[in-house]
Amino acid sequence: MAKITYPLFAVLALAAGPVLAVEYNQVLPDKSQVAFVSKQMGVAVDGRFRKFAAQVSFDPAKPEAAKAKIDIELGSVDAGSQEADDEVKDKNWFNIKQFPTASFVSSSVKPLGGNRYELAGKLTIKGKSQDMTAPFTFRQEGNGGLFEGSFTLKRLDFAVGAGPWSDTDTVANEVQVKFKFAVAAAAAGT
Amino acid sequence: MSGVRYTRTAIGLHWAVALLIFAAFPVGLYMVELPLSPTKLKIYSYHKWVGVTIFLLAVARLVWRRTHPAPPMPASVPHWQQAIAGATHILLYLLIVAIPLSGWLMSSALGFQTVYLGVLPLPDLLEKDKLLGEQLKFLHMFLNYTLAALVLMHIGAALKHHLIDRDDILARMLPPVGRR
Repeated sequence: MAKITYPLFAVLALAAGPVLAVEYNQVLPDKSQVAFVSKQMGVAVDGRFRKFAAQVSFDPAKPEAAKAKIDIELGSVDAGSQEADDEVKDKNWFNIKQFPTASFVSSSVKPLGGNRYELAGKLTIKGKSQDMTAPFTFRQEGNGGLFEGSFTLKRLDFAVGAGPWSDTDTVANEVQVKFKFAVAAAAAGT
Repeated sequence: MSGVRYTRTAIGLHWAVALLIFAAFPVGLYMVELPLSPTKLKIYSYHKWVGVTIFLLAVARLVWRRTHPAPPMPASVPHWQQAIAGATHILLYLLIVAIPLSGWLMSSALGFQTVYLGVLPLPDLLEKDKLLGEQLKFLHMFLNYTLAALVLMHIGAALKHHLIDRDDILARMLPPVGRR
């Protein structure tokens, strides 16, 4: 069977001509990461989300047409310690009972030269949306590729860390978000 | 009165370390019971800063002592008591160096870097490792209770010398106030 489909695909590829390019649209969750760094009393503390769903489509030949949608399960947070995990799921922080997911939807991707790009879109956490931009890089790796980027958000823009935690001398307002998405090209012929 | 006293520097360092230990120890006991809050994060940081300060002062004391030996004990103190006093002092020095170190390592292993006074980050010598962190936490606690026991003994001995033996063992470590 494979012997038949391969030439068939080659013919289709030829027919499509040189405009046919690889579109990366399968995110590999095990090799991807959504992490963050908060500052507590001047101390950088690493955290991450264990569960997220990301849909991307990216063709290096047509980066402007790229799209991304990422849903993060806030209950899967690792905030550095058990005590912190419990706290950030609670009302003052993410309030996961009412707002279980945070989401990002892209609006545009702009090439910045080389393998660097700028992603713009809308980030929604705890029911509050903000437009944001983030620089990222794309690197081809074997049959797939790797997106890596980071941006800084202000947690109080999303009412994350309310009540006594709104004191930014203890936990800084700025939180750095770092993302890494490993992707594969779409399975041929599907 | 033999008149052989510790140097002013040694006296100053001794009491500075004593005061900081009397602050850090109860704060340590109190803070671990607190629910997570901005206050808790602040108190933890202050506790760590005090610990780093104790470590620095302890090192300064050891360096100072090498060049300015402690005055000899009065001949009235029996040899076996001098031996116990000497051993206790060595242990006390060991602990005021080891306790801040254990706290720093524990903090690193639990994934929280120590940033002295909120500005000077100390390197993390250990990777984040929860089990190791818990073991170091136990060590930190154990060393602290050992220190508490030795400090009580140290104070008891000083008072015994002052009130019962009526020698100058305590006086020679007191700040030179009111002595002209």
